[in-house]
Amino acid sequence: MTALLEIDGLTKRFGGVTAVDACSFTVPAGSVTALVGPNGSGKTTAFNLITGYARADAGAVRFDGAAVRRPDPIRLARSGLTRTFQQARIFPDLTLVENMVAALQQPWTSVFTRAVRRPERERALELLDEFGIARLADERAGNLSYGQKKLLEFAAVLMGDPRLVLLDEPTAGVNPVLVDQIEERIRELNARGLTFLVVEHNMNLVMRLCDPVVVLAQGTKLAEGRPDEVRNDPRVLDAYLGG
Amino acid sequence: MTRNGLLRGGAFVAAGIAFPLLFNAAWLVNIGILTLMYAALAVSWNLFSGFTGYITLGQVAFFGLGAYSLGITFEHFGIGSGYNPFYVLPIVGACVAFASLPVAWIALRTRAMTFAIVTLTLLFIVQQLAFNLHSLTHGSSGLMLPTPTTFGVDNYDRPFYYAMLGLVLLALLICWGILRSKLGLMLLSIREDEEKARGLGIRVTGTKLVAWWLHVFVTAMVGGVWAYYLTFIYPESSVDPLVMIGAVLMTFLGGRGTLWGPVVGALVLVPAQQYMLIHLGGSQLYLVGYAAVFMVVLLVLPRGIIPSIRDGVVRTRERQRTRGGAAKAAV
Repeated sequence: MTALLEIDGLTKRFGGVTAVDACSFTVPAGSVTALVGPNGSGKTTAFNLITGYARADAGAVRFDGAAVRRPDPIRLARSGLTRTFQQARIFPDLTLVENMVAALQQPWTSVFTRAVRRPERERALELLDEFGIARLADERAGNLSYGQKKLLEFAAVLMGDPRLVLLDEPTAGVNPVLVDQIEERIRELNARGLTFLVVEHNMNLVMRLCDPVVVLAQGTKLAEGRPDEVRNDPRVLDAYLGG
Repeated sequence: MTRNGLLRGGAFVAAGIAFPLLFNAAWLVNIGILTLMYAALAVSWNLFSGFTGYITLGQVAFFGLGAYSLGITFEHFGIGSGYNPFYVLPIVGACVAFASLPVAWIALRTRAMTFAIVTLTLLFIVQQLAFNLHSLTHGSSGLMLPTPTTFGVDNYDRPFYYAMLGLVLLALLICWGILRSKLGLMLLSIREDEEKARGLGIRVTGTKLVAWWLHVFVTAMVGGVWAYYLTFIYPESSVDPLVMIGAVLMTFLGGRGTLWGPVVGALVLVPAQQYMLIHLGGSQLYLVGYAAVFMVVLLVLPRGIIPSIRDGVVRTRERQRTRGGAAKAAV
């Protein structure tokens, strides 16, 4: 399998703390790759470095075979690498449909066109329907429940037709029914060719859904491999159970 | 456009056009011009700061640049008298707006309080330039513009009044257009969560610069009309922090981020200010009264007039609906 995202020697220090320490792993094209590890192991920091929300002290990122020299969220999103946030981030004062359409990457020429054109609305409604929140389409996004906000954020990043989606704890704080729904969405989108990199604490979900699994501890990669390999790796058990 | 919006706009235009015809006392038309001037400034301030969430305190710098640009153009190119200078205004506005872009681009690298302070310094920089670029501005001795002789004595103020009215309408039209366009969607998403907007691939800096350009474009034209009206400008009056504060207060008073809020704010505050100036102007009490008006509104309608009223209407409707529902259930 070819790698869609390659991380090589990524390092980030905050003062004396090394949050991400010479971390290297790859996300194969067409996979659902998991990034797991105990709290504080550097998963979210790694996400921020890859997507350009923080500047790495060292290391290289390659997306789709091309080196990303200075990661910038805007350029990455426009070239097909997008992310969600641990705390669902949506635009509370906009409606669901507006949230979706805002996530469409527009060329400058359409800046003065109508905010929500008919085909855009239809596409938004289609996606919202897949996520089971189409009936709330014209509701203020701020009125949604936490779980629904996570669904909306996930649905919105799909509007720009990404090739790689980084999901930061997609099921944290979400009720079991919605967890199933999110899992099903990921499976279906993956079947259609979308690649995922997922940070997740729900190990049952990770074991069911993801392959390969990358385990981080204290900023470095501890293990990488198929779920069953990783699960039985004594170093991983140590890191999680505090050996 | 909704029917209500059309009605509201139509009523405003009609009242605006009729006012100087009904009340042709010069001092009343003068207050009308001031009110419209502040309304245009407040609407265009809102166009940038209300929609992006970036509070600029440097708008008046571009008001001053517009005023001086028109004055200097008069002096060096002889743009005639009568209505001709009004036709030069769009060029003045566009030039000042383009010239402001590099500065805005740098200022927009900062956020929140820092941005407010950085833009505030712009105001003082432009004022210092007006003082010190003697060859262009004649420094503190001020710049004279030719008095338009073709307007007649009786209704001398009217052309300026209608020019200001036109600028208010232009600013409102731009805001209205933005609110229903992709640009508005992008600006509002920046206001709500800029980092998230970046993550979605929205080109945040360029988007903010488009809004910035539009707000300076209108502001500089307002400055031009004001200079032509007074026919004499000097640094303290053309780059006046009090004008800046006025425009911002009016926007907050009427409702930030709304279409009509800044206009409503100007309609309340400018006549109140002028009234107090006339009646309490002998003492500094008039500023106390001015502040009192603002405090009363803040206490009663803390989020601004338009949002507070809108909430009130929605609440009343909800109450009526639940009461109606309860009554039906009882039957």
